This record gives sequence, structure tokens and C-alpha cells, in this order.
Amino acid sequence: MPQNEYIERATKLHGRRLDTEERARKKTAREGHKQSENAQNLRGLRAKLYAKERHSQKIQLRKTIKQHEERNVKGAAEAKEPGNPVPAYLLDRANPTTAKALSSQIKNKRAEKAARFSVPIPKVKGISEEELFKVVKTGAKVHKKGWKRVVTKPTFVGPDFTRRPVKYERFIRPMGLRYKKANVTHPTLNVTVQLPILGVKKNPNNPLYTQLGVLSKGTIIEVNVSDLGIVTASGKIAWGRYAQVTNNPEVCFSHLISPPLFTKHRSSLGKTNTNPTQNDGCLNAVLLV
Amino acid sequence: MATVAPPPSKRQKREELERATIQQDVTVPTGAELGSFKANFIDSDGNQLADVIEINFADASEKNISVLLNTLLERDREDFTPYRFRIHIPGKDIIVDQYPTDLLALLQKHGVENPFETTITLSAEPQSVFKVQAVSRLAHRIPGHGQPILTAQFSPASSDRLATGSGDNTARIWDTNTGTPKFTLKGHTGWVLGVAWSPTAHLLATCSMDKTVRLWVPEEGKPFGSDLKGHMKEVLAMAWEPYHSWRDGTARLASASKDGTCRIWTVNSGKTEHVLSGHKGSISCVRWGGTGLIYTGSHDKSVRVWDAVKGTLVHQMTIHGHWVNHIALSTDHALRTGYFDEKGVPATDAAKKAKAIERFERAAKIQGKVAERFVSASDDFTMFLWDPTNNGTKPVARLLGHQKMVNHVAWSPDGTTIASAAWDNSTKLWNARDGKFMSSLRGHVGPVYQCSWAADSRLLVTASKDCTLKVWNPRSAKLVMDLPGHEDQVYAVDWAPDGKMVASGGADKAVRTWRN
Repeated sequence: MPQNEYIERATKLHGRRLDTEERARKKTAREGHKQSENAQNLRGLRAKLYAKERHSQKIQLRKTIKQHEERNVKGAAEAKEPGNPVPAYLLDRANPTTAKALSSQIKNKRAEKAARFSVPIPKVKGISEEELFKVVKTGAKVHKKGWKRVVTKPTFVGPDFTRRPVKYERFIRPMGLRYKKANVTHPTLNVTVQLPILGVKKNPNNPLYTQLGVLSKGTIIEVNVSDLGIVTASGKIAWGRYAQVTNNPEVCFSHLISPPLFTKHRSSLGKTNTNPTQNDGCLNAVLLV
Repeated sequence: MATVAPPPSKRQKREELERATIQQDVTVPTGAELGSFKANFIDSDGNQLADVIEINFADASEKNISVLLNTLLERDREDFTPYRFRIHIPGKDIIVDQYPTDLLALLQKHGVENPFETTITLSAEPQSVFKVQAVSRLAHRIPGHGQPILTAQFSPASSDRLATGSGDNTARIWDTNTGTPKFTLKGHTGWVLGVAWSPTAHLLATCSMDKTVRLWVPEEGKPFGSDLKGHMKEVLAMAWEPYHSWRDGTARLASASKDGTCRIWTVNSGKTEHVLSGHKGSISCVRWGGTGLIYTGSHDKSVRVWDAVKGTLVHQMTIHGHWVNHIALSTDHALRTGYFDEKGVPATDAAKKAKAIERFERAAKIQGKVAERFVSASDDFTMFLWDPTNNGTKPVARLLGHQKMVNHVAWSPDGTTIASAAWDNSTKLWNARDGKFMSSLRGHVGPVYQCSWAADSRLLVTASKDCTLKVWNPRSAKLVMDLPGHEDQVYAVDWAPDGKMVASGGADKAVRTWRN
């Protein structure tokens, strides 16, 4: 049994207090008062943190309300002129595949020269080697050699990858941090599809990271779009397209990074990821247009 | 880096083409005594053309038989018409469309034990004397339109002039020889969904999302009269009255709209002559036949036939299970081109009319009777072949085989074949006489949106969502030429009536013309 679940264990053994529900109800009932008091009386850094948290909560709340409102709308959507001009024979057809629109959007964008090299996230916060690699102590008995590294960020390894012998394996890419698929979104069309990753094209931080297939925010990956039925200009089915990773895909730092390292880099980590919930444990990417 | 071999030069291509054409005759078995058969020539109506004649199997190539038949018909060498032959297998109901290189082997394959001295019926179909060459290269890429090109049509007079309609609310006329824009026709306030040249080529009609139809003088790029208002919703298609039935010195134009009505306009006055109402859904296609009938296909699953003069309903066909997408007439080519053909334009109006009638009747005649047929393509994956003159509201045949919606049908200019383009990525060919399936043209990897026949009916071009055009040989059902080059889906394609050029336009906003 995990050590940290002592509360659950106690509840199972001895039951709850008789007035648990009452207390919980009262606590939630007073929550508004508590929030109001905090908002009025906190000062300094704590006020800032509180205001920021409250701000994001409110945004979330309004989004949810809006979603509910949209769901409640009854009746048919108004007949709207479709965005892209289509010939008469395609007029009343339900949007057959968003993939096609997606592909043509890409092409339109490519036609503009300046757009050819632009990416959605032009600048990323650098990742230092200390942050990315954890030193593994080796050596038969004394464990004082430190030439091995564990990659602490998610990686992509090819399907036919086999680990090298222990003696030669300088970089260890943990199984639990490997990704095979990415949720790829089109920025303007809101089409999200889960697509297999073909390779890591470029990690902006360091060529070594590209080699290792590190997936950090801003990394350019190649995804397999063959399912979407996109065709190239010569009528062949296209299957590889570039996408840029938009989130921090790692699950959570505290589980994976040893305490001394964590404390050592807390300041730098604090800047990149103020909110640990940003690390979502999935890989989101945006298709390059 | 892998080195890519350079594409074949024009000379290499030409030599290859020559090799391919010559090979047909080379493989005729020679020397050995193969015996002979008796050939009975009939025309497509089943009438005997010439006396039964004995032919050696060794000499029985299609070319030789064609020359033989011309000689039997006592034609001069200058007037020789090339023929293609369909072979009726004796004692069976099978008709072989494709003339084989080895006739004897074909007969033996079909179980004719003793092909020698038997009488074999060959139905001879005259081919056009001129031959259209397959387009093989991009002649011009003409940018200009600011939005996708939705429709394109060549002038019936020549391939010099092309009209396109686009989502940028303009129609444009292009000089295809130089690859330059000629005129921009501004005036519509919605996407231009259709362009239609009058059969005399002196007027151009455009219809649009803004519920109007406009007329233009294509030689000056100016509007002709004011816009034709009256439709309540978008105008989706138009059809000109065939030249030979123009009355009172004016042309008429039928326009079909999403509001379920079809309006007939008198072009000179701009007035509505009739409103054909009755369809309960958007009318997707309208055709004006040469016998004074107007055919409309609608999203209410029905096809209606109207009297063009009186504006009354003649027939209503409600056999389709889903939207009717497109209609093609057996006389489409003859009506579109009116009195224009490879032999030149007559001088007087009377002569023009006579020639237009003569061309129409030649296209429409079956068993010596004028019977205009049409085929309707539908979302229910099938097509119906109709003969309203002889069969009324009973279909001649149902054309089954497509696995998805059929978007477009086209009748070959010689009237023998129907091509249908469908969402199942294939184009299928059907015998126009009885609606029998002939062959399937596979190669596109996206839905085929449109197809267009070459004037000599020996080639077909298809436009698809997969960004390519493909040129097919309908007889062998083989791909002749793959034409990549479009950067996005191709919405419209048209083969010029004189066969010199193909024009295409699509979502990549540039008009492309293709030549051989």
C-alpha cells in the first residue's frame, strides 16, 4: 500500500466523523466569503498570486458557461455562405472532409513567400543541459563515474529503436517518457486529429536534442497525415507534414526528477512553468501552415 | 542525394507515341494461312451497309477492314471515313467493343468452335475524320482571378476565347493563344457559378450567387442590356436555346435556380418569357434540347421535361432515389457548337440555320428518327438513360455500377458513349445505345468532379479533387496522360470544341490551358 494514502486508510479503518458532510457543506457555503476576504485583504506577492489564480479560474468559468449556452441553442443553424467559393455542384454538400480544407489552407499560406519560414511559436525558452539530463552514477561498486545521462523530457524514438548495450549507452531515454502520437491541430480550422509521429525534425534548443528526439515546446515534428487523404500537387497522396509542439508534454517534474536536482533548478523551472498543470502528459502540436 | 533522371524530351515522347500507335498494326500475324471469315457490316441502327464479304484472318486488322468497308461503299480515297467496329459474337448476345489485335483468338476465346467460314457481324461506327491529339503539356498558367475558379467554358467558335467564372464575383475572358486576360466582366455581387456562351459565340451569359443572370458581349467585354432579375435564390445553371430554334430574331436563355424555378428569358428584351415552377427543391441542372424541350434535374429527386415554347410540363420522372446532379443530352455537342465545325462557317443566316439543324439531326437520329436522349446522374449512385420521344417517362436503362454519388455525366460528341464522373474516384463509360457498362477509368485518388470529351470522341479529360487532370483513351480504358500542375482541387475543365486545347480552373485561382 502506498505510504501517502494514510487518510484513505484511516477512513477505511475508523470511518468518518459523524458531521463530515455538514462540515463540507458549510465549508463550500462559506467559500465565497473566504474568496472575498482574500481578495480584499491579501497584500503583496500573495495578492498577486491569488489574483492570477482567480483570473484564470474566471476565464475557465466563463468558457464553461458559454459552452453550456451554445449547447442549449435549439433549431437549425442559419444558412451561411460557405467561406471558400465552391462550384454549384458542391454548394449544398455537407462539408465532406475538413482535411481537404486543411490541406488547401496550408497551400494558400505556403504561396506567400514570407510565411514559408514562419512557425506558430517563434521563440522558446531554452532548456539547459542540466535541466534536460540527469546524471546517472555508474561504476561497479563505488558508483562514482558520472558519464551517463537520463533524458528527463519526453522523447520520440523510432519504431525500430533498440537500446544500446549498457556499456555504450550514454543517453537513456526512459520508456515512460516516449511518445508515438501527437494531437495535431490546425490553427484556424479547429480540427484536431491524433496522428502518428514520423520523426523529430528540429528541436530549436540544441542539435543534440534533435538527435535524441526530445519533444519540448517549439519542437518541429513530422507527422503522418496519410489518413487525412491530403494529396500533393502531382496527385500523389501526401503522408508527411511538419507540425510544431505547442505544449510542455512532460507529466510532472516532481515524480521524475530527483529532489536535489529539482531544488537546484527550481528558479529556472519556476520561470518556464509557473503552473505545474501546464504539463499535461499529452503531446499537442499545431500543423505548420 | 538521388539523381532524378530528366523528363523525356519532346522528341522522345513523340517517338514513343509513334511506336505505340504503330505497334497495333505490327502484331498482325502474317505468313501463316489462318483461314477466313465472312464479314457482315451493319451500321449502329442495325441496317446492312454492304454485301457480305470474305476476309482473311491474316488481313483482318481494324484499319484494313475500315479501308475495305470504305471501298465497298464506293467512296473516293479523299472521302474515306475511319470506322471502328464492334464485333457481334455469332450465336451469342455478346458484343465486343474493343477490336482485338488477334480476331481469331478472340473468337476462339468466346467459344466459337469453327470461326472459319462463319458470318460475323461487325457494326461499324464512323469516326470523325479529324483526330484530336491528347493534351500533354501546360501551355499557360494565367493568374488573375482572386478566388477559386468555379466554371470554365470555351467559345463554340474557336479555342481562342475562354470564359471563366470565379468566386471573386467576376467572370473573365481570356485570350488562350497568348495566355493573357482579355476582359474582366465585373458586375455580379456574388460568386459567378456558371458561364455559358451562346451557340453563335456573340454573347456570354453568367449566373451568380447574387440571384441574377447577366449578359455580356464577349468581343468588347461590355454588358449586354441590364442584369436579369427575378430569381429568389442563387442561380446555379443556365442553358441557351439551340441556334436552330431561335425565333423572332432573338435567342432565349433558361436559368435554373436554387428557389426551384427555371426562368426563360428573351435575351434581346431581357424579359422573362416563362417561369417553369414545380420543382420542390433546388434545380441543379438545366438543358435545352433541340426538339423544343427543356430538361431540368433537381434536388427534389425528379427530372422534369418542359415545353420550351408554351412553358408547360411535358413529363415528370420521379424514379431517382436522391438528388439529381447532372443531365447530359445526346446532342450536347451539336447544340453547343451550333453551326461551327471543322469545315468553316456558312455565310448567310439561312445557311447557318440549315447547318445547325443538319448537325443536330445527325446527332439525334436513331433508326432514322430524331430522338433526343438524355441521361440523368444522381446522388443515389446511379444514372438513368431516358428517351422521352419514344419512351415517355419510362427509362431506357438504369446505369448501375458507381459506388458513390455521380457528379457529372457527359455524352460523347459522336453519341456512342456516356462518361460519368463520380465521387468514388472513378470515371465510368457506358454504351449510349443500351446503357451497358463498358469500362471503368481508375487512376484518380480523389473524387472526380468533371469530365469533358474531345470533339472526336477518342479522348476524355477528367478533373478531380486530387489536383490533377487525366486524359484517357475511352476505347482501351487506359490513361493517356497524367497532367499534374494544379496546386489544389480542380473544379472545372473544358475541352475546346475544336480540340486544340483543354482549359481547367480550380481552387488554386489560376486558369491553366493545356496543349499537345
